[in-house]
Amino acid sequence: MSRSRLQEAAVHLVLWVAVLFALYPVMWVTTQALSGGGATEGRIIPWPATPSLDHFTAVIGRVTDEGVWLFGLQLLNSVVVSAATALTAIGIATPAAYALSRFRFVGAEGATRTLLATQMFPGVAASIPLYLLLDGAGLLDTRTGLVLVYATSAVPFAIFQLRGAFDAIPRELEEAAMVDGATRFVAFVRVVLPAVRPALAITALFAFMSAWNEFILAATFLTSEDLYTLPILLNRYASEHDSNFGHFAAGAIVVSVPVMLLFYALQRQLVSGLTAGGVKG
Amino acid sequence: MASLSLQGIQKSLGGQPILRGVDLEVATGELVVLVGPSGCGKSTLLRTVAGLESPDGGVVRIGARDVTRLPPRDRDLAMVFQSYALYPHLTVRENLAFGLKLRGTSAATITERTDEVAQMLGLGPLLDRFPRDMSGGQRQRVAMGRAIVRRPSLFLFDEPLSNLDAALRADVRVEIKRLHQRLGATMLYVTHDQVEAMTLASRLVVLRAGQVEQVGPPLEVYARPVSRFVAAFLGSPAMNFLEADLGSGRLRAPGLDVVVPQPAVGGDVPGPVLVGIRAHDVVPAKGARADVRLRVEVLEAMGFEAYAHGHVGDAPFVARLEGDAARGITVGDELGLDVAAGSVHLFDRQTGRTLR
Repeated sequence: MSRSRLQEAAVHLVLWVAVLFALYPVMWVTTQALSGGGATEGRIIPWPATPSLDHFTAVIGRVTDEGVWLFGLQLLNSVVVSAATALTAIGIATPAAYALSRFRFVGAEGATRTLLATQMFPGVAASIPLYLLLDGAGLLDTRTGLVLVYATSAVPFAIFQLRGAFDAIPRELEEAAMVDGATRFVAFVRVVLPAVRPALAITALFAFMSAWNEFILAATFLTSEDLYTLPILLNRYASEHDSNFGHFAAGAIVVSVPVMLLFYALQRQLVSGLTAGGVKG
Repeated sequence: MASLSLQGIQKSLGGQPILRGVDLEVATGELVVLVGPSGCGKSTLLRTVAGLESPDGGVVRIGARDVTRLPPRDRDLAMVFQSYALYPHLTVRENLAFGLKLRGTSAATITERTDEVAQMLGLGPLLDRFPRDMSGGQRQRVAMGRAIVRRPSLFLFDEPLSNLDAALRADVRVEIKRLHQRLGATMLYVTHDQVEAMTLASRLVVLRAGQVEQVGPPLEVYARPVSRFVAAFLGSPAMNFLEADLGSGRLRAPGLDVVVPQPAVGGDVPGPVLVGIRAHDVVPAKGARADVRLRVEVLEAMGFEAYAHGHVGDAPFVARLEGDAARGITVGDELGLDVAAGSVHLFDRQTGRTLR
């Protein structure tokens, strides 16, 4: 009895240490963002010396000389590019994954292996060929170009995710629908897709998040400030010329909030998506 | 309702022949059970009828229509799957209505039919539940309801009871039989369970390695199997087989000496044969002479009956005894048994065919 109480206390202690370990840097960033004036230094407990929202107003309210609300524009760029990446990934990967899961055709195995192989290269390794391709297509320094670049890594990953999800759906479900009067396409739309909805949600979210957080490729292919995504903006606050860690911290929080909200909204889907296929019935 | 006609159905999967020319006629309103060991092709045959597999050769007719090349949706049939295959994101009501909706049935008719089926199968309280919130037995009933509500001309059942526990299986078996009588529907039913096969079938089709081994009313197939395969497959415990010599109207083997009462049976071909005796076709011998001498090794006594397991000569043998007859027996005894008149089965040792 006392032993189990002791064990429980120990478990909680370990968990608290882990939580603090994960949260401490976040608390520092929050402190920086909420501190007025210069950087907060030499304190163990992260707490703003002179609390203020100056950094937030400065980051969010930034306006160009021409009177363009730059932050709003860059936020919009991030949302558009990330959402378009997620839609492209889902749009291409869903039929591809279904075909790989359900049909046997020449090249199916090879295609799967090739997809796996593409995942082994870091995305940056492809930046030079991608640059040349985009240049040739006249898509350098465009949002469309960036979406295409993100899709090159998002689509294979999404195909993998969704193929696993389709594999977990019994064929008999579609067969039952086809006997009931559906074509294969109708069975796919009305029976299979609803059944993989959690997996679609989690796959779309991953694609969205990886695009949202990506910096190197965006910085490589975008040169106009009005096309920048938020990570490039953040980088500017932390760069050599013009480092302002208060702005950086405030920007980091602002950038994180939409993803946190998305996670929160899709929480239930995510949990069932992550465990889909693991439990029968 | 319609009849079903299969002619020369052939199917290979991965270069392996699964069906080797199956012919079968199912009359309107008949419940035909396809039975056989796993891998005999019974499920593939059912899926071919459903249109989920297309045959390499042969013709499938439902009523007068040749449906061989039609997709499942145009065949006007319903299927109950082993896993039930209920749509997980739809309620019971929506599951029942799915097929009707796809076919553009009016909302009023859909409500009327789902209510009727729900009432028939006692699904009323479940109509707004999702499949995940139901027990196996309830899901099974929904799967049957989904088939019935469509009023198809042919019902297909693919081992629909194998995921249920034994007690429930017996209940649902009776329910299916009752439904068949009530609907007068044409049904093709696949199972590997011989009890289901025996109790449900108007006619039984025993499949072996992609071919029809025997067709007939269940009791007829049981009583007069055409081969050792059918004899061994039907009946529990399985039929006992002994290698014996036939000569001058007697069958002799170590532990076996029995008169062949049927003069026609194999009478004119003396020589080695295979003898088949069912466990329940023996009774303890009255006198000192006995047809079969069984060395009892294990005794399973259940009060009203008992099974004595052991060997006759070198061959394993099981005898079913009435409860009273088993009382005096102990393990190690040599038990004298007489074979009931007319119940000796003779098979060709090489081909396994019944000798008539």
